[in-house]
Amino acid sequence: MAFNFTVSPSFPNERISDWYIFNTWMQRSLDLPIHLELHNDFGAQRQAIAAGKVDMIYANPFDASLLVREQGFRAIARPEGKPDEMVIVVAADSPTQAVPDLAAGSRIACADDPCVNTIGRILLEPANLDGTNTTELRRETYIQVAKALLRGDADLGFMPVEAFESLSSLVRRDLRVLVASQIQVIHHAFLIGPILFEHATAITGLLLSMHQSDKGQAMLTALGAQRWQALEQEDVEFMIDIISTLTT
Amino acid sequence: MDDMVASNDACSAHLLTFADGTRRQVYVTSVETPYPRGKLIVSRTDTRGIITQCNPSFVDMSGYPAAELIGQPHCILRHPDMPAAAFRDLWDTVQSGRQWNGYVKNLRKDGGHYWVYATVVPNVRDGMIVGYTSVRREPSRDKVAAAEALYREMR
Repeated sequence: MAFNFTVSPSFPNERISDWYIFNTWMQRSLDLPIHLELHNDFGAQRQAIAAGKVDMIYANPFDASLLVREQGFRAIARPEGKPDEMVIVVAADSPTQAVPDLAAGSRIACADDPCVNTIGRILLEPANLDGTNTTELRRETYIQVAKALLRGDADLGFMPVEAFESLSSLVRRDLRVLVASQIQVIHHAFLIGPILFEHATAITGLLLSMHQSDKGQAMLTALGAQRWQALEQEDVEFMIDIISTLTT
Repeated sequence: MDDMVASNDACSAHLLTFADGTRRQVYVTSVETPYPRGKLIVSRTDTRGIITQCNPSFVDMSGYPAAELIGQPHCILRHPDMPAAAFRDLWDTVQSGRQWNGYVKNLRKDGGHYWVYATVVPNVRDGMIVGYTSVRREPSRDKVAAAEALYREMR
């Protein structure tokens, strides 16, 4: 029986093949059967988690919190120097110059990433905007979020920094970052479920030494990282405490 | 905690008395530092309220170098315009294991201030509270105005 590995579906589509390459390398290196299942959206991923179909995951901070506190997962590594940040974007010719300029009734284009959307909502608080006086336009991808802004269907959009930076220069030229989050202390994490705890040392060792080989370094670069950094349980608990202040 | 040093002639002097009976002379100006857009101010304390960790935004906004903050009581940021009852409520809430939210006017090292919307949660490990994490974010000016009026009445 293969172990199930997944990745929080907030990464750019261009990296799908890179995650399959990573999984193949990980299987061979660990000599363990690992099946990579990439879910189309967060709803499908949450269902897989609830059904016990996730044993290993590269998760966004919110999913990491849920998995550690409620499913007994253990966080073993994080990408070095890459805190998770997001941007609120408007069309380049929008009259809005700062968040407090936004008015009730604003239309927000966003994807279904709860992490990005929660932080985006917090950054709208200075304008007294919340779910009761804004309209949310859900889109499948961040390219569609950008299109909603360019067509004038939405007044602002939520995106992870990584997704904004991966837009083509032509699209970015017609958009403007209204505000960028600088939380500095929350980040994606690589987690394993209880069924893999007996392999924790081997998996951690493999990830932490990945950058030492040319092949490992190339895979990391393709995935947008430099190297993995060890994650202590207390680091994760701290991140969970922070996230709990943002979500309740 | 050391008394503050008056930064200029335009500041006013206040003697703060904290819940544990200790006192601190502070000097206050009317200068408000705008909350930095997009940032969250994060800090941790032990169970006595001693700062053990803070992020760069906390350091920047406080006006103190990080080395002068770690090991100090969190009330190093206490502004005399804040009613003592607000902090009593904060401590009662988090010591009972619950989350506290509120609008807070913080004192900078230079005597100026900045407003935040603060959330404080107890850090529970193995069923025990081992410290507290506080995350502050930018409040709306309407909420700040309402808090200012309320705190004026409470003082």
